[in-house]
Amino acid sequence: MQATSRSFVANARQAMADPTLMKAMGNIKAGFQDKRRATVAKLPEFEALRDRGRAIKDHTLAHLDYYLERYAAAVEASGGHVHWARTAQEAREIILALCREAGARTVTKGKSMVAEEIALNHHLETNGIQPVETDLGEYIIQLRNEPPSHIIAPAVHLTKEQVADTFRANHTHLAADRPLVEPRAMMDEARQELRARFLAADVGITGANFLVAETGSSIIVTNEGNGDLTQLLPRTHIVLASIEKVVPTFEDASAILRLLARSATGQEYSAYTTISTGPRRPGDKDGPEAYHVVLLDNGRSAMLGTEFQDMLRCIRCSACMNHCPVYHSVGGHAYGWVYPGPMGAVLTPTLIGIEEAGHLPNASTFCGRCESVCPMKIPLPKMMRHWRERQFDRGLTPATVRSGLGVWAFFAQRPGLYRLAARVGAAVLGRLGRSRGRFTSLPLAGGWTRTRDMPAPAGRTFQDLWRERRGQ
Amino acid sequence: MSGREQILGAIRRSLGRGPLDPSQQADLDSRLDSRPRGIVPARVDRPQPELVDLFETMAREAAAVVRRVPDFASVPDAVQGFLAEHNLPAELVASPALAELPWAGRPTLSVRFDAARDADLVSVTPAFAGIAETGTLMLPSGAGTPSTLNFLPDTHIVVLPSARIVGPYEDAWDRLRARDRVGEGGLLPRTVNLVTGPSRSGDIEQIIQLGAHGPRRLLILVVEQGDWPGS
Ligand code: SF4
Repeated sequence: MQATSRSFVANARQAMADPTLMKAMGNIKAGFQDKRRATVAKLPEFEALRDRGRAIKDHTLAHLDYYLERYAAAVEASGGHVHWARTAQEAREIILALCREAGARTVTKGKSMVAEEIALNHHLETNGIQPVETDLGEYIIQLRNEPPSHIIAPAVHLTKEQVADTFRANHTHLAADRPLVEPRAMMDEARQELRARFLAADVGITGANFLVAETGSSIIVTNEGNGDLTQLLPRTHIVLASIEKVVPTFEDASAILRLLARSATGQEYSAYTTISTGPRRPGDKDGPEAYHVVLLDNGRSAMLGTEFQDMLRCIRCSACMNHCPVYHSVGGHAYGWVYPGPMGAVLTPTLIGIEEAGHLPNASTFCGRCESVCPMKIPLPKMMRHWRERQFDRGLTPATVRSGLGVWAFFAQRPGLYRLAARVGAAVLGRLGRSRGRFTSLPLAGGWTRTRDMPAPAGRTFQDLWRERRGQ
Repeated sequence: MSGREQILGAIRRSLGRGPLDPSQQADLDSRLDSRPRGIVPARVDRPQPELVDLFETMAREAAAVVRRVPDFASVPDAVQGFLAEHNLPAELVASPALAELPWAGRPTLSVRFDAARDADLVSVTPAFAGIAETGTLMLPSGAGTPSTLNFLPDTHIVVLPSARIVGPYEDAWDRLRARDRVGEGGLLPRTVNLVTGPSRSGDIEQIIQLGAHGPRRLLILVVEQGDWPGS
């Protein structure tokens, strides 16, 4: 997908002026936050499990070469095949070749953010293979030709009226006057439409929530059962997974699975956790005849050993965006690429470059809620700060910010001068703003006062007030 | 150099080391073999009969219907009763592994033993284990237990001996590894479905609806006496 992260500011402004989008985004609180809180409260071990989850991933990442080799050997031992892709381009080529080998005309897809990352659908389409998204949300946005706006609820930006319109426009073989008011009716319609697609597909492509080194198994977690049918019905199952998805054992996967659904949808456990190991066995009446895994690096190995390594613990639960005030205000599309919200603000610059995505780590109020709900204890705000520093070091920060910071640094390094200047400033602004207590416009601060008032200072600096309180 | 060698090499360079030496590898091998358990929630810390109660509560919370029957012989009756209550046809597709149940005693039920087809409305399958922690069923694939039965029909009925109910996920994995000698040359089944309640989606305005692509109804029959053959 073509990144539009450079225009984040314009994207965000446009999003906030869209009342339909704002209405849809209002569903997130009851849909995610409240449910998560209630379910987490029922598991006293949740905090301890977060530490456990973090330790498991840290251990695995420190020995990632070992676990990937063990995993790959176990896949081969179960009759599957492993393909190693360094880049998105290589992954697309491998998958296209596998689809051609299988004589595929249509492929069904379970929801996969990595497939979005490598823009797989576009590549298959331009090569004459029809990909069909089977997750309800992904199906809706595929019909609308839109990217996902959320990593687990891809159509969270839409209202049910928009979904109904989309179905009417696309399912033209159905009666035009059919009632399509409630989500129930829409889901039943999608189920009908997709059932035939499931049965006709030649290849099924899924992502993976985990790869288990012990047995060479891939694990997907779904609520709809769509990923499960995707990997069960076609002749060939292709798993597309990035290299950091590996964990050593089912004990390790179980520990992290205890965190995943609770953090994501606020369920105790998702409806389906499906484990696949190799192709169909002798005597089996169903299941794919061929099982392939495409292991994608695409920049992950380069994150190891850097200040961004912790991001590789991410299990794509979406809690960080569900609790992010910026994400709530602008929606996922404003971020301009595949991964939105706080996790996207950290990950996107590593994948498409800080030149493209420099706005994203700045789209934060540093309120810290993302880190406090992240089940893998990823220090998201700290990593956004690292990106801002890198941006500054490389001269990518806008000139006004740079010169502003330069002026501040000049005074900050000279405490006497700093106190004097602050005292003068506070006194002047305090006197000017005394009558109303706030400013609706200020020279040099138009960016602030355009959207909110600036409170007038008390007339004295914090340092002066502090000294007075301490009786110095 | 192959993609594999390049990726492994890049990982090692970033981690600032070469390949692990044999003693480090041996440590990791032993972690894989010993499979350390982490934190198991205290809610499963109770005697087995109470785990059955916990399983029931948690499965109901996930929107499954749970009923207890005294023994395997009562399963066909319970199935027929449920179908009648919901005005469903008395036509089933069942796992070949369930062919030994006394279906003949219920001649109004027509039962086919096979994988599922699109048109099938009701399936009956055995559970290898029930996990009390979250009311989760463990359903491994095999010649006698095709996985399509778990997803294609609208109504899914699962037969679970109460002796098969364990506390945490880890206990269920240990049982499955033991059955299939995993770690001693055996393989896990091609598919293991962990099922917690019926299929659902909240993708339209975050309002949960049951029956997205999989079953709309999940009935679990907990069998109080007896266990599967060979165990
Ligand atoms: S960063 Fe944390 S909260 Fe956000 S998606 Fe990843 S694991 Fe979940």
